[in-house]
Amino acid sequence: MKQPIMRTNRLNLWYGETHALKDVTLDMPEHQITALIGPSGCGKSTFLKTLDRMNELIPSVRIQGEVLYRGKNIFDAQMDVTSLRRYVGMVFQKPNPFPMSIYDNIAYGPRTHGIRGKGELDALVERSLRNAAIWDEVKDRLKKSALSLSGGQQQRICIARALAVEPDVLLMDEATSALDPISTSKIEDLMADLKQSYTIVIVTHNMQQAARVSDRCAFFLHGELVESNGTEQMFSMPKDKRTEDYITGRFG
Amino acid sequence: MERLSFQRRFYGKILRGTLYLCGGLTCAVLSFLIAYVLYRGLRGITWELLTTQRSIINKTNGILPNILNTLYIILLSMGIVLPLGVGAAVYLTEYASNHRMVALIEFATEILTGIPSIIFGLVGMLFFGQLLGLSYGILAGGLTLVVMILPTIVRTTQESLKTVPQSYREGALGLGAGKWRMVRTVVLPSAIDGIVTGCILSVGRIVGESAALLFTAGMGVALHGFWEALNSSSATLSVALYAYVNEYANVDVAMAIAAVLMLITLAINLTAAQMSRRFKREQEGAR
Repeated sequence: MKQPIMRTNRLNLWYGETHALKDVTLDMPEHQITALIGPSGCGKSTFLKTLDRMNELIPSVRIQGEVLYRGKNIFDAQMDVTSLRRYVGMVFQKPNPFPMSIYDNIAYGPRTHGIRGKGELDALVERSLRNAAIWDEVKDRLKKSALSLSGGQQQRICIARALAVEPDVLLMDEATSALDPISTSKIEDLMADLKQSYTIVIVTHNMQQAARVSDRCAFFLHGELVESNGTEQMFSMPKDKRTEDYITGRFG
Repeated sequence: MERLSFQRRFYGKILRGTLYLCGGLTCAVLSFLIAYVLYRGLRGITWELLTTQRSIINKTNGILPNILNTLYIILLSMGIVLPLGVGAAVYLTEYASNHRMVALIEFATEILTGIPSIIFGLVGMLFFGQLLGLSYGILAGGLTLVVMILPTIVRTTQESLKTVPQSYREGALGLGAGKWRMVRTVVLPSAIDGIVTGCILSVGRIVGESAALLFTAGMGVALHGFWEALNSSSATLSVALYAYVNEYANVDVAMAIAAVLMLITLAINLTAAQMSRRFKREQEGAR
C-alpha cells in the first residue's frame, strides 16, 4: 500500500445530539481512488465533507479527533481553511457551475488565489478543461454561460473548475448520481486518468461504480467504519458479515 | 349523466356574475382615474410648465424646480440607502450567526415597511429638524426617506439573497474563496435582479411620497442648485401638487403635475419589468 496522503485518526462528529461519525480511522493513499460506500445516512458524505472542512457551514456541528493532510492536522489553529481547500478540492453531487461564463467559472479558483495574468489564466483554463475531457466540446464558446450546458457537461466543468486550482486531493460527493449513464461513464473514465496526478476520494451509492473505478473501499454503517480494504479483496472476500450483506444487496 | 340540480346551476350563475361585476368595477374605476387625470392634466403640460419656475412677476407657474428637487432627493436617498440597505441585508443573511437577533431585526423591518409615511415625516422633523438642527430642505427630507425606504431595501435584498442556491456558496468556498469574495463575486451578482427591482420600487415610492416630506423637505418652489437645495425648503413634485391645490388654489397646474407623476410612474414600472426580464435572461444564459 502506498503512503497515505490523507488520514483520519479517531474522528468523531456530532450534528447537535446525533453522533454521525464514530471513531473513524482511515487512510487515503496517494494516487489512488478511495470509494466510501454504505447505505443512506451512514455518514459517508459527512466524512467526505469533513476532509475539507465544508461541514463547518452547518452551525451545530462538533468535531473531535484528527484529520491529517500530509501529516498536518487540518483543525490546527495555524491551518488556514482557504489554503486547505486550495489543496483539497471538492466536486459536489449536483453540478453547481456559477451563473457566469465557462471561462470565468474555470478561472474563479485561480483568480481567488491571486493569478491575474491573462496569458497564465488562458493556459490554465485550457489545461483544466482538457484534463476534465471537455475542452473539445466547449473551446468555441468559452464566453457562453456555463448554465447553457447539459448536466453532464456542467459536472465536467465543475471538475475542471476544481482542477484549475491545482489541488492535491479531489473529493467527489456522488458526482455522477445526477447524470445519465453516458455522462457517468465519461466521468468514470476521467477519474481513472485523474488518479495519475491526483488522489481521489469518492462517495458513491452505486456498488458497480465502486467496483469499477476504485482501488480501495471503505464501508460505513450507522456512522461507523465497518471495514476498509483493497476493492478487489473487499468485493471477493469481505471480512465482516455486514459488509457482505451490503455488497451482495441484502440491505441498503 | 345526471344533470346538475337547478339550485347548483343557479348558484353557479350568480357567483360568476358577481365575479364579473367585481372585475368590471375595478377596471372601470382604474381606467376612469387614469383617463380623468390624463384628460385634465395633459393639456397643462407645456414647455413653459416644464422649464420655468413659479413667478408672480413673470406670471409663470413652472414646475422645473420641483422636477429637479425630485431628482435631487432620489439621488441623495438612493445614494445613502442602497449601500446601507444592501450591506445590512448581506450581513443579516450571510454573516450574522445569532438567529434570534436576525429574526428580531427581520420582524422589525417588516413592521417598519407598514407604517404610514406621515409618521416617518413627524419623526424626521423632530429628529433631523429639531434635534440635529437641519433646516427644511433636500437633506432633511432625503434622510427621512432613507429611514422610510431602508426596511424595503433590506427586505427585498434579503429575499433575493435567500433565493441564491446554497450550492453556489459551497462551490465558491470549496475553491478556497473567503466569505467576502464569495459574497462579492457569486452571491451578489446572482441576487442583482431582486436588488434592482427593490431599488426601482423604492424610487417609485420616493417620487410618490408627500406626507413624509411636508415637514422635512418643505414646500418651497424656488429654483435651487443641488447644494443650495440641501438646506432650502424644496418641494418635490408630489409635495408641489399639494401646494398648488392648497396654497395657490391652482387645480390646473396640480392636474398637470399629476399627469407628469403618472407618466413617471409608468416609466418606472416599465423599466422595472424590463430590467428583471433582462437579468433573468442573463442568468439563464444564452441558450
